[in-house]
Amino acid sequence: METIVFALLNGVIYGLLLFMLSSGLTLIFSMMGVLNFAHASFYMLGAYFAYTIMGATSFWLALFIAPILVGLVGAVVERYGLRKVHANGHVAELLFTFGLAYLIEEVVKIVYGKTAVDYKIPDLLNFPAFTIYGASFPAYRMFMLFIAIGMLIGLWFLLKKTRAGLIIQAALTHPHMVGHLGHNVPLIFMTVFGIGCAMAGLAGVIAGNIFVTDPAMAVQMGPIVFVVVVVGGIGSLEGAFLASLLIGLIQNFAVGINASFAEIFWFTGLSPTSEIGDITISSLAPVMPFLILVLILIFRPRGLMGEQEL
Amino acid sequence: MTAPALSLKNLCKSFGPAKIINDVSLDIQKGERHAIIGPNGAGKSTLFNLISGLYTPTSGTVSLNGTLISGVPPYEINRMGLSRSFQVSNIFANMTVRENVRCGVLHSLGQGYSFWKSVTSSKEVQEKTYAVLEHCALLDKANTPAALLPYADQRALEIAITIAGGAEVILLDEPTAGMSHSETDRAVELIRKSTEGKTLVIVEHDMGVIFDLADRISVLVYGEIIASAPPSEIRGDPKVREAYLGDEALPEETV
Amino acid sequence: MSDTTQTYADIGPSSGAKFRQRFLPIAIFAAIILAIPMLDPSRTMLALMHQMAIYIVFALAYNMLLGKGGMLSFGHAVYFGLGGYFCMHAMNWIEEGGIWGAYPTFFLPLLGFLAGGVAAAVIGSFSTRRAGTTFAMISLGVAELIFAGAFMFDSLFGGEQGISGDRMNGPEVFGLTMGPQQDIYWFMAFWTILSVIAMYAFTRTPLGRLSEATRDNPQRVEFIGYNPTRVRWLVFTASGAFAGLAGGMSAVNYEIFTPEALSLIPSGFVLIMAYVGGITYFAGPIMGAILLTYMSSMLSDFTEAWLLYLGLMFVVIVMYAPRGIAGIVFGFWDGIRGSNPGAYLTNWLIRLFGSLLMLLGLIILVEVSVRWSNGWGEVFEPFGMHFPHESILTWIAIFVPLGAGAAILRHVTREKEEMAA
Repeated sequence: METIVFALLNGVIYGLLLFMLSSGLTLIFSMMGVLNFAHASFYMLGAYFAYTIMGATSFWLALFIAPILVGLVGAVVERYGLRKVHANGHVAELLFTFGLAYLIEEVVKIVYGKTAVDYKIPDLLNFPAFTIYGASFPAYRMFMLFIAIGMLIGLWFLLKKTRAGLIIQAALTHPHMVGHLGHNVPLIFMTVFGIGCAMAGLAGVIAGNIFVTDPAMAVQMGPIVFVVVVVGGIGSLEGAFLASLLIGLIQNFAVGINASFAEIFWFTGLSPTSEIGDITISSLAPVMPFLILVLILIFRPRGLMGEQEL
Repeated sequence: MTAPALSLKNLCKSFGPAKIINDVSLDIQKGERHAIIGPNGAGKSTLFNLISGLYTPTSGTVSLNGTLISGVPPYEINRMGLSRSFQVSNIFANMTVRENVRCGVLHSLGQGYSFWKSVTSSKEVQEKTYAVLEHCALLDKANTPAALLPYADQRALEIAITIAGGAEVILLDEPTAGMSHSETDRAVELIRKSTEGKTLVIVEHDMGVIFDLADRISVLVYGEIIASAPPSEIRGDPKVREAYLGDEALPEETV
Repeated sequence: MSDTTQTYADIGPSSGAKFRQRFLPIAIFAAIILAIPMLDPSRTMLALMHQMAIYIVFALAYNMLLGKGGMLSFGHAVYFGLGGYFCMHAMNWIEEGGIWGAYPTFFLPLLGFLAGGVAAAVIGSFSTRRAGTTFAMISLGVAELIFAGAFMFDSLFGGEQGISGDRMNGPEVFGLTMGPQQDIYWFMAFWTILSVIAMYAFTRTPLGRLSEATRDNPQRVEFIGYNPTRVRWLVFTASGAFAGLAGGMSAVNYEIFTPEALSLIPSGFVLIMAYVGGITYFAGPIMGAILLTYMSSMLSDFTEAWLLYLGLMFVVIVMYAPRGIAGIVFGFWDGIRGSNPGAYLTNWLIRLFGSLLMLLGLIILVEVSVRWSNGWGEVFEPFGMHFPHESILTWIAIFVPLGAGAAILRHVTREKEEMAA
């Protein structure tokens, strides 16, 4: 029983984390047509910046400052890099972000080293929140949940309730028109890119200490975020939300299922020692997102809630 | 009685709640030169897209020589003998003019998706390409990259690719858009020469061109055909005058 | 009536031009390859060249997809890997004897070609339905899936150790035992030249031309009677086949194949290679393959930050030289033969100088930073010069060339724009 409850909680938390990343990616793609290959790199930067700031001051300061720093880096990248490549088309932009991801990883390796850094959970939050059936659930995870929900609400508020949000929503589908109405579209682009990266950075700040903070973070997280965005439907924040939770829950439930193929498909007489029979659901958990991606792209290319195909 | 070259029956197309094409029925006979005119936003390009297979009708049918083509992919429709040009020049910008036309003739000469022989190995391909280039007066520009052509020549290339495959039914979408008077005259000559004996459906805004070329004119307003008749009758039709906000849109009859 | 003395042949490129543009470069390429053994290269050089050969074929195969077909794939190493793995298994079957005992190791890349082609045909059947970003994302997902799958089927992929074999079995061809590096050189030369000719010939076929047409304007392709999805699928299959061939070359060269070869890392590497070389030119990926193979093996001896330099070079090319190295080389060649060669050359040399200045500042910056962050107190000391990170002189040596180089470049680019205007 506790497996189910924990899987549920962890799935939701992981899903919300994915949404923090995929919402930024969706905003950027919808508005600028760029699939930011380096998005998970900003997630990684968030974790590393927080580690450095926390080492000098406190976690709480890091929580506040690191995402802003990451957002600023993102804005600079947009202003001086992406904007220049924009003229060469979408493929060039994608390649630019691909090169950027490469660069960020190398710089991180040079500055922080190739192995994981000891980015710790702050002592204040390092206690079990509650216990179910003898297993305890860490308070820090509840904190993550709290922050993720807070960010969600903040995003929703920004987009739906403020004037700036209204302009951003308009620029999402009709950037030229918004420009003709007198708004500084390049500034909007830069701001949205910066906000998207800042959100990714925030995700890194809260996730880096509970998962591992090492230079491979981006390469591990990145593809899954893409899966979420594509499965949810490009351009749809609601779709990204749905897909994030879906994938988060599926992965966390799969990890807990130790049944092997031999056990599930017993009627085929599959031997448990054969290679196929030996595969367990839990071992498939890391690739579940990609399976879902391929299936969705074959059968429903516009994603769960997308309006147009890629 | 032979089937009309192109037959639209109760054609409707909606995008969500917006009805763009509303119950259009039209028969175009083989060899006929048919023009479609109408104010901007009437749905002319949508109609073309429906006929050429880029859009599927919400309801109703499109038939080519009696065979149903609504819902059929564009490349199959093209193989059945229908070819179209585009309002915005839709050429292969990275190839030369000659290579553009050569691509246009490939399928009709049975080249298929072959990868075991050179594209120049077929004498037929070479001769057909040359003939089309000569016909469209593009010979002297044969080795210019298509992207570097002046506008009027790009439109001529557009027409060249459209007719290169030898289709019997040709759809031209505003072929003279943006041209000067002399360029327009040349284009009209080219169109007339290229569509001898074929069925032509043309969308145009230039009334001079229309009244020069067309056997019959259909007027499309808000997705409906309000009139469909020979030019002389269209000129006098009060509904058409109304749709164009005044008589000045239609040229005076030359005596 | 038409001028009966002029025909199609007269408006196409002349046979002289055709010889110069098509036949001659390949002939020169082949001649260089055949002449190299006369220079008696060392074993290290030979090993390096063999690696280059493999990547030349792989990068050309990749460019069939990217440059000529307009399809960006993040997972092309899958076909390289599947082709290579199939050849490894075949190598072991040859050793075991029986029917396979009669198959010469020399022709293993053919099997790689088949395996890569079949895999690409299967996967391409659903992945090529869309182009653009969707295609790129599917390629990513498929690559991750297959890479993960490689660790689940040890009998096929050998787990972390991979599958190894011995190439010195089976019948000999052309008097080669396939043992010493000199023999392998001829093996590589054969397959490289053959592949280059084959892939070049492909661009001259109707399918090759249609592939480029589909890249430029898939909508128009439909209206000349071709199904763009079918074109993409066929090109994808051909590209996968040649990637598999390269995999076979690699299998024979290293006599081992591990799942790492299927991962996103070699996929990304070949992408960088092709793009840096120049995807709009046939020779581009060849240049990219040679340069990057050289960098990855030689440069790593000089600096531990070589991957960073690689990434920087890639980003700089994407931003400032999207036509790649081939674009720079051919652009220079055209410019020199253009209207004002003197001015062009001067302009070009000034830009080169500015770029070198910036490169100098950058190298010092990177090397000093690396040693600083390593924290072992190591100091950057090239050619007897001393660059400790505490010294202000070091930072002057970094920012002065960077700034000066940037200023020169900016001035010269503006001047060039004014000249052209």
